[in-house]
Amino acid sequence: MSTHIADGDAGEVERVFREAYGHAVATLVRVFGDITVAEDAVQDAFVVAVQRWSESGIPPNPAGWIVTTARRRAIDSLRRSARGRELWRTVGELNGAKPTGAGGEGVEGGPVSDDRLQLIFTCCHPALRTEHQVALTLRLLGGLRVDEIARGFLVTEPTMAKRLVRAKYKIKAANIPYRVPAASDLPARLRPVLSVLYLIYTAGADDLVEREHLRDEAIRLARAVVALLPDEPDAAGLLALMLLNESRIPARSRDGAVVLLCDQDRTLWDRSLIREGQSIVRDCIRRSCPGPYQLQAAIQAVHCHADTFAATDWAQIVTLYDHLYALVPTPIVALNRAIALTETQGPNVGLAALDGVAGDLDNYYPLHAARGEALYRLRRFDDARHAYRRAAELATSNADRNYFTLRLHELAGASD
Amino acid sequence: MSQYLLSTFAADGEPPSPPPSQETMQAMMERIVALEADMDAAGTFVFGGHLHGPDAATVVRMRNAELVMTDGPFVESKEHISGFYIINADDLDAALDWAGRVSDCIGRPIEVQPFAATGRVADQFSG
Repeated sequence: MSTHIADGDAGEVERVFREAYGHAVATLVRVFGDITVAEDAVQDAFVVAVQRWSESGIPPNPAGWIVTTARRRAIDSLRRSARGRELWRTVGELNGAKPTGAGGEGVEGGPVSDDRLQLIFTCCHPALRTEHQVALTLRLLGGLRVDEIARGFLVTEPTMAKRLVRAKYKIKAANIPYRVPAASDLPARLRPVLSVLYLIYTAGADDLVEREHLRDEAIRLARAVVALLPDEPDAAGLLALMLLNESRIPARSRDGAVVLLCDQDRTLWDRSLIREGQSIVRDCIRRSCPGPYQLQAAIQAVHCHADTFAATDWAQIVTLYDHLYALVPTPIVALNRAIALTETQGPNVGLAALDGVAGDLDNYYPLHAARGEALYRLRRFDDARHAYRRAAELATSNADRNYFTLRLHELAGASD
Repeated sequence: MSQYLLSTFAADGEPPSPPPSQETMQAMMERIVALEADMDAAGTFVFGGHLHGPDAATVVRMRNAELVMTDGPFVESKEHISGFYIINADDLDAALDWAGRVSDCIGRPIEVQPFAATGRVADQFSG
């Protein structure tokens, strides 16, 4: 029942292979206790797959096929080197009781293997710096190529390659374990995992087209984490937050400029993502153990619930931001609360709240964009233009910059 | 099993102000003694020590078959290692746990560094 693929359909092989990559690497890391051995073996298996699969089709269980092939390759190459024979002896002792490994290969569509969960806790170990956590997670679990990761985080390929080498060196030298943390450590250790996934998602949202693969990957990994740790409501909250954000992506840009929430064509929103996200948010509310991602997801759920901008339940949003600020008292949360306040209490109150956080966020373009909007509504056009100019100077993406330029254009003739 | 160096640093010109009271010192000592007893019970403790300051250090090197000495530390820096433990631990998580307990006792950060190899060089290269 293998699927036959046409000659030259290497793209399909690559896609299937990438889906299975994280699973295969994680299983081999468990078997061999060594990331480099696991990666090399999976890479070898890929070469075999490109050839074999395009002749005889993609096997019914690609992940199992890759694990089996990669394991054989790894054993072959380990036997050939002295250091490898040493490692192989250790591995043989460790796995003596189960020589073929309990890899979970062959379990088609079964529960997600725990190997990936172990590996993500290793990749996001708090003893590694954040940029290394992100790079490792995307490379080892996401199967992204080094150049793809480098492009996503605006660094050169050699810089990204160096990060990966250094991170893997530290894991090995310091003996960072491959295991799911004990229940008592889980909340603290899950935090960097979730923030790495969210960082990957938001990096992907900076450029909607070029970096779509980062958003896809973050959502895929978040789904895996939720499936593996169903009792962690903030993991579910993070997934819901991503899904609800993602649902609005189709409406978020037009002609290369950002389209703000108030101007979006809401019929373009992805209804199935919204339903899924809202259902997760409802589950979270029932569990009543709110964390930062759950609250942010709830805020997005309120936005997605409204058929028009005017129908948005802003009072509810302000309340949710109050809860969020109690947990995460950062200037950015205060800024978003101030923006919501502009809608409930009017631009005067909103502007006062915005000015209250301006000192901390003077280099953050969304502050100036929000001030521009409030000043515009107060018909203080000169001040609004000044704010939009600051926003345009500080904007990090072309789409945002284009929007502010557009806005300045519209305001060009207006006088106070 | 891995081995780790847990070290603590002091800035030049300390002791800190104000000097801890007799009671505080006493309480800290008791906690460290208890922690070291736990380390012993777990087979963790290998060696530990408290170092004199960099003013007491000497650097030596052989130059033309002659021993040349320099007064002071090898690296002039504002901070220097003031004390350390060498411990056995299953992995970094276990080492970080011990380091956290030491830090809690002495109220200072601890640097955790894995050994690439320990023991006599002859032993490392045989077998």
